[in-house]
Order: sequence, then C-alpha cells, then structure tokens
Amino acid sequence: MSTVAAPAGQARKGMTDRTRSERKLGLMLIAPAVVLMIAVTAYPIIYAFVLSLQRSDLRFPNASKFIGLDNYGSVLSSSLWWSDVFHTLVITVATVAIELVLGMLLALAMHRAIFARGAVRAIALIPYGIVTVVAAFSWRYAWEADSGWIPHLLGLKTDPLASTSGSYIAVIISEVWKTTPFMALLLLGGLALVPDELHEAARVDGATTWQRFWKITIPLMKPAILVALLFRTLDAFRVFDTVYIFNAGAHGTETVSILGYNQLLNRLNLGLGSAVSVLIFVLVAIIAAVFIKGFGAAAAPGGKKT
Amino acid sequence: MLAIVGLAGCGGSGASGGRATLNYYIFPEPSGSFAKAAADCSKASGGRYQIVINTLPSASDAQRQQLVRRLAAKDSSIDIVGMDVNWTAEFAEAGWIRPWTGANAAAVRRGVLPGPIATATWKGKLFGAPLNSNTQLLWYRKDLVPNPPKTWNEMLQDAIKLAKQGKPHYIEEQGAQYEGYVVWFNSLVDSAGGQILSGPSTVALGPSAKRAASIIADLAKSKAADPSLSNDQEDQARLAFEQGKAAFEINYPFVYPSAQSDVPKIAKVMGYAPYPRVDAGKPARVTIGGINLAVSSYSTHPAAAYAAIACMANRPHQLTDAVKGGLPPTLGSLFDDPALAKPYPFHQLIKQQLIDYGIRPKTPAYSDVSLAIQKTLSPPDGITPASAVSSLTSQIKSALTSGELL
Repeated sequence: MSTVAAPAGQARKGMTDRTRSERKLGLMLIAPAVVLMIAVTAYPIIYAFVLSLQRSDLRFPNASKFIGLDNYGSVLSSSLWWSDVFHTLVITVATVAIELVLGMLLALAMHRAIFARGAVRAIALIPYGIVTVVAAFSWRYAWEADSGWIPHLLGLKTDPLASTSGSYIAVIISEVWKTTPFMALLLLGGLALVPDELHEAARVDGATTWQRFWKITIPLMKPAILVALLFRTLDAFRVFDTVYIFNAGAHGTETVSILGYNQLLNRLNLGLGSAVSVLIFVLVAIIAAVFIKGFGAAAAPGGKKT
Repeated sequence: MLAIVGLAGCGGSGASGGRATLNYYIFPEPSGSFAKAAADCSKASGGRYQIVINTLPSASDAQRQQLVRRLAAKDSSIDIVGMDVNWTAEFAEAGWIRPWTGANAAAVRRGVLPGPIATATWKGKLFGAPLNSNTQLLWYRKDLVPNPPKTWNEMLQDAIKLAKQGKPHYIEEQGAQYEGYVVWFNSLVDSAGGQILSGPSTVALGPSAKRAASIIADLAKSKAADPSLSNDQEDQARLAFEQGKAAFEINYPFVYPSAQSDVPKIAKVMGYAPYPRVDAGKPARVTIGGINLAVSSYSTHPAAAYAAIACMANRPHQLTDAVKGGLPPTLGSLFDDPALAKPYPFHQLIKQQLIDYGIRPKTPAYSDVSLAIQKTLSPPDGITPASAVSSLTSQIKSALTSGELL
C-alpha cells in the first residue's frame, strides 16, 4: 500500500470506511457457508434435541406428545445403556492405546525413511483409504471359522467369533489395522516440528537414542499427540461399522452407536433414539473437554518453547 | 426406460393417455421372474398401467427401513409394497397400506392356503395379496441317518450318537442374533402348543416357551451344535451342510437346488423330512415366511395397483416364481401341478406345513418384540431355561410399551 501523506482525520475516516466495507464484504462472503452449516449441522442437532423430548414413534404418529426429559430418564436408568457405554469404552481405550504405539513406530519409520519416502508413506496409508465397511468385511471373512485364514493359521477348532473375548479381539484388530495410518499421519506432522539441531546437540552431550526420544521428541510433539489422541478417541467412541459387520452387537459387543441405530432405524422410536444420540454427543463433548483441559495445559509450555 | 418414466411423469398428473405408472418396491429377485410378471401384467392391462420395479436392498431389515421411511414421509411415488409377512400389523396399524375389500379381496383370497392368508390379515381385514410363502424343512444325510428323526429330542440323540462314532453330526440351525433366530424360537413355542403373544400387547409366554428355550439350550450346549451356531444364519447353515460337516439342517427349500449345483455328492444323499416336532403326537407348527403385496395408502392409482397385484400374484405367475425363482406358492392347487413336482419333490411336505402353519406374533411393535427375543436368547448356549421365560416376558413387555431401550 502506498503511504501518500494525507490529513490524519481524513485518513482515519477513510480507513474506517474501508474497514467497515471490508467487514461487510467479509460477512457477505461467509454468509453462504454459515447458512449451509446451519442447515446441515445446527438444524439436525437442534431437531434431534427437540425429538428427544417427545414420545415420537414413526409407527404411531398420532401418539406423539411432549414428555420432557422422560426419554433421558429411560435411557440413563437402563442397564443396557451403561453396559453399552462400557463396551464402547473398552473398544475405544484398547484401540487408541494400541494405535498410539503402532502409529508412533510407523511415523518414525516414515520420518526416517531414506529412500522412496513418498512411496513408503503412500503404502502405509492404504488401509486408511479403504472404506471401513469393506475392511470390516474382509476381516470378518478372515476370522470365519470355516473359511477364514486366521482360525486356520492358529489351528483353532472352535469359532473365535462365537465368544465375547474373540469378538472383541477381532473388532479391535480390525479397527487398529484400519486407523493406525491416520494416527501415524498426524504424528508425522508432529515429528517434522522437532528440529534436528536439538538432537545433534543432545547427541554431542552423550544422550542415548532412548533418552533423546523421551526428553526431546515426545515433549516437543505433545501438541501433535494431543490432536491425534483427541481425533482418534472421538472417532473410536462412535464406532459402528466394524462392530455391525462383525456381529451387529451380539456376544456383548454392542456399542452406544448400535444402540442408537436399533432404537432409530429398527424400532423407529425417534424419541428414545434421539435421546441416545444426544447423550452420545454429550459424552463426546466431555471426552473432548477432558483432553483439552488435561493435556492442553501440559502441551502449552512445549508449544511456547518452539 | 427413461422414456417410459418421462411419459408417465406427464400422464401421472393429467389424464393424457390414462396410463398409470405403478412403482413396485420389492426385494431383488435374482431369477427375473418378478420382472417378467411385472412386464406381462403391464402388457396384459392394455395400456391401463405400467409397472416399474424398484429394487429394495437384499437384507430384510434394510428393506423394511427403506419402505418405512418412505411411507412415514407419505411418499406418493410408491404404489405396490412388497412386504415381508411379519410387517403386516405394523404397516396396517400405521395407516401406510390399504385394506383389500369386496371383489378385490375375494380375487386374491381364492384358493390361497390358510397360513399365507393369516399372515396378511390384521384385525380381521386382509391387507396384502399373498405372493409367495416359505417354510423350513428338515434336511438330513441319508447315508448317516437311515430314518429321519420325528422330534427334536430324537434328532439330538441321533446327532450325539453320530458324534460318538466320529461321523459328521452337526445340526445346522440359525442361532445368530437376528430375525431367523426368532423364527426358530417361535416355531418351537407354537409346536409346543403355546404362543408368544395372545393379543397385540399381551405377553403369553408359559410352559411351552420354557420347553422351547430348553430345546435350543440343550442343542446349543451339546456336541450336535456347530461351533459357529451363535453366528449362523440361513446361508452359513447351507454351506456347513454342503461342506459335509452336518448330519441335519433346518432350512428353507433353496438349499436343495443349491446342493445339487454346488456339491452333487452331498445332494445325492440329501434327504428331506417334515420339520421336527416338539411332542411326538402333535405336528410341528412351523413359522412361515414369504411376501405379501400391498397397496400403499399414498398411491395415486390405487385401483390400478389392486389390479396389477392380482395379476402378478395369479396362478401362472406364482408357478413361474416357484419353478424359476424357487419361491413356494401360496395357492394350494399349485402344489398338485406336475410342473412343480419336478423341482419340488418335497412339495406335499411344504403344502402340509402351510396348512399346519405357525406365524410370528401379530403386533404393530413386532420389530421391537423380535429385537427383545433375539437379544434375550443370545447366545443360544447361554440360555438358562428356568429364568429365560421371566426375562423374556419382562423384555417383551417393555418392547411393547416403546418407552424403554432395547
């Protein structure tokens, strides 16, 4: 911008006019996006909340009425809800923990790959590129007692998917296989932030590889780890496809999302189903808040240093 | 195809030409016999209507989900509804389908066996035209079992004996947590002389339910059970039998032509017998399946839709569906047709079971009841017969109120 001398008052007035019109233009430019967001996100969320306060069943349209928080009462007092929350937590904690370790190893490998770096990264990402339902089907067939290669390889005489523990192991392996690359990709971004000079300096001071990993890499990567964990935890908590394909929640693997699906799509009970959905939303929000409060504070100093 | 749709789009609103387009929603029938019936009937109507087939998903619950969402939204682009036999009460009570009355009803009722008619009836009114039916038989290995067992108990003993001799001995059934498992339980309860509901919202589980639960539990905990029983649906049962691991299989007649084309060796020794009884003295009451065709309440061409259904469910079309598509007919006299006897050497068994039929509980909340039964009785080897009846009763009761989670 040119800075031609002009009376101060005029300049300020001109600037405010410009700022105002720029702001106006900005608002106009984002308006379509805001309207779209309201239409596709805010409206369904609000509508789900409204439905959750009603007795609403597609099959009995005449019996619809406002019942306040009764649906929430039924859900929260049901042992089914709490056992499904527990099942979901088991799958979430197990998959995210395994993915963090494997994802870190994969990220380090991708980061340090000397040749064919692009090809290595692309290959590592293939599982994540496969549609979840397709991946789940191929894993289910792999576990099938008669024809699958896994029971054959392990020499199993029984059906691993006919037991609770077997079903969990199968679901967790399938989820880990599918989403570890995503975790690795996020961690790789964090690894790139760690300056090589620090490692060199530490090496000169006699720090071992192990010490450098724990004292330099991990602290500097904390923000990236937080983001990776947060994304994957929120994702894992809503798990539906894999469990549904394996056994639709039989053998004690029903998750909260399958519970919601059963109420909404099988029973057409929009009131109860919406209450389940809203409660899942609340749980997800709590998880996010815990992560940001808990880990966010710890991550801040690391962020400042860089 | 596009031309037809475009033409119908004009004809639908005005009366130009007067040809009604009838959208027919039906499961994907692989042999093409439904498509042929639709084309034949459109042609025979002399320009009165044109039937356009809209294919539903192949899984039964996905079919229902799509239909229900369209009907609940009062979608007028659906005229003919291909309903599973257990949806009648739900669809009728919600006001989504029209009753059949007068001459229309008389035409599609004539000559139909009592079982299929019962599935299409709700509160004394006919709500669908029975298009085809289905019933499970006992399939067994003639080389392993010289005389087919008459009862569940005999079959279990036979299987255990075969297991001791180290021969193939599994009894293939449908024990996964899904609708097919409810069919097994319901058949046993009906065969034992009881019922699950005595009215649309009255749970009537008693001693017969306890016997049914014990039969399932005894089988599931014995050597006769396939290790995959708790994951098995119709197709897994068929495959296990074809692999030669089983001595017995309870399944629909589609397994017979399948064995003939897949494993002729097994097909040669594949015998068939009536569904096993619970009491030796009482014939089994087997839960029947099949499809009924209904007219949507939101159809703008109901008169044409009634006529089209009557045509597609008539005798020649049911015969094609049976011979080409392997779908057992609902018309009693067709079972004596020589054309049916060749592909269906067991046709008289099927006919008898459609006369001594059992049907699933009739209630608008059937899908809730089914979900409650599936979940309470899963897995089969986890059933404690003594407590199963009381937990089932409370689960089904809460399913009927639609106020509790399932």
